[in-house]
Amino acid sequence: MTVRLKILPLDADESSRFLPWTIAFMTYLAALTLAGAMGLAVAMGRFDPEQTGNLTVEVPPVLAVEKNVPDQPSAGGDEAAQDTARVAAALQLLRATPGVIAAEALERSEVADLLEPWLGKAAQSADLPLPTIIDVTVEKGAEIDTGGLAAKLAATAPGTSLDDHGLWFARLTTFVNSVQVVAGLVVGLTCLAAVLTVVYVTLSGLAVHHDIIELLHLMGAEDRFIARQFQDHAMRLGLAGAVPGLLLAALTVELLGIAAGRVDSLLLPNIRLGVAQWAVLALVPLAAGAIAMLTARATVMRRLGRMI
Amino acid sequence: MGSRLLPDAPSAPVMVRFENVGMHYGMGAEVLRDVSFTIEAGSFHFVTGPSGAGKSTLLRLMDLACRPSRGLITLFGRDVATLSRQELPRLRRRIGVVFQDFRLVDHLTALENVALPLRIAGAKPDQIRDHVAELLSWVGLADHLNAKPATLSGGQKQRVAIARAVISRPKLLLADEPTGNVDDTIAIRLLYLFEELHRIGTTVVIATHNEQLVGRFSHPRIRLESGESLVHVATPAATAG
Repeated sequence: MTVRLKILPLDADESSRFLPWTIAFMTYLAALTLAGAMGLAVAMGRFDPEQTGNLTVEVPPVLAVEKNVPDQPSAGGDEAAQDTARVAAALQLLRATPGVIAAEALERSEVADLLEPWLGKAAQSADLPLPTIIDVTVEKGAEIDTGGLAAKLAATAPGTSLDDHGLWFARLTTFVNSVQVVAGLVVGLTCLAAVLTVVYVTLSGLAVHHDIIELLHLMGAEDRFIARQFQDHAMRLGLAGAVPGLLLAALTVELLGIAAGRVDSLLLPNIRLGVAQWAVLALVPLAAGAIAMLTARATVMRRLGRMI
Repeated sequence: MGSRLLPDAPSAPVMVRFENVGMHYGMGAEVLRDVSFTIEAGSFHFVTGPSGAGKSTLLRLMDLACRPSRGLITLFGRDVATLSRQELPRLRRRIGVVFQDFRLVDHLTALENVALPLRIAGAKPDQIRDHVAELLSWVGLADHLNAKPATLSGGQKQRVAIARAVISRPKLLLADEPTGNVDDTIAIRLLYLFEELHRIGTTVVIATHNEQLVGRFSHPRIRLESGESLVHVATPAATAG
């Protein structure tokens, strides 16, 4: 590989000295924004009911049903046995429903664990009436009439509710989409700022080295020959700034991931990036270098086109 | 008022033609007015006249650094007014220029400066070095291949500039006051260098205000007087030995 001679001493230009720093900061911001947007997408993928195929059925205890439904005659007798019977009936109905692969009731302790972040140790109290949660796994692609199933469940065990997470997920999708649009805007504006910076540095270089450029023209240099000097320089500086910028962003993402891992997973879902997301982030310096190179080339070609 | 130079010359191909050329910079007064002449391929001409007469502007027009305000200029049979920007590089590569102020690139070595036209023309690096070193030896700078311009004397810089102008074997060589920065002895040697280039077929045009030096050579002159007129001067008797 032949190293191209630096005919224009662009490295000595004052304006060039700060370009790597500027690109580094912009790469850092863009990479963090991208990582955040991709992390949200990953987290949302885990929640997607279409992908998980899960339904949640909540069978309230008899006591709660009686309180909520005043006209309901008191069941009396062994409430615990009634609760068990209600859950068993619901499970039987669910397992008999076409498309349902499995239906398992969570242990009381598991339900208590779910509530502990909000109720504290009180959630573990045996006196606390807790609903029974049934986790239903649905065959992928199966079309279940959730409305009909909910009605049957309510008839089998009054007060039972079915949640297909649809409304919650629709709202989450809207929120995540909004965040991703904002993230796209941030990345776009960051790119625009980088482009304007490179344009400024390139125009400055054209002005500073006007005499040599005119000399090269008089020797028969084509505009693209001169543009190559600037585009090589811009790409070199772009990469010199973008690589450390990305490394710093990667370190930040990892540290945030570690910090998030220490928080209870129920409050803060795991949004660690996968291989695909890291691969996308690895492309950021290349994109920064390419943007710098193409911007410098376009700027030079446009400006030289006005010269004789 | 302009006049044709050597109107009865044999029909050698015309390399440069000026017809009623006028030139002014911006809104300023005309630097050249009604300049007309032709230069045949393979000839050697001096452009003389006092400082400020427009010699440098005349050469700038010939090396396509600017376009005339009026009149017709043809180079290698092409009307320069109709040349597109895309056509300029190829035409410029047929012209070698020695600038009055050398215009060497300060951060490049003598070898790299001389190699510039070859790099521009797309020559391979391994072909460049030997060729350039040989030419620099020819102009007496074999020991200064890697010297930066700042370390060279005026005469050495001038020779580097000349080597750079001829490295790509141009058909037309233009030199603006090539002896302006050197003493008479070196000036004569430089002019002999141009004569040698002329002998191998290069068309040479040298602008100088040094009439005494020009008088030592037998080549025809184009004389400018305050840019207003071009005087055909008959070929003087050769006095150079």
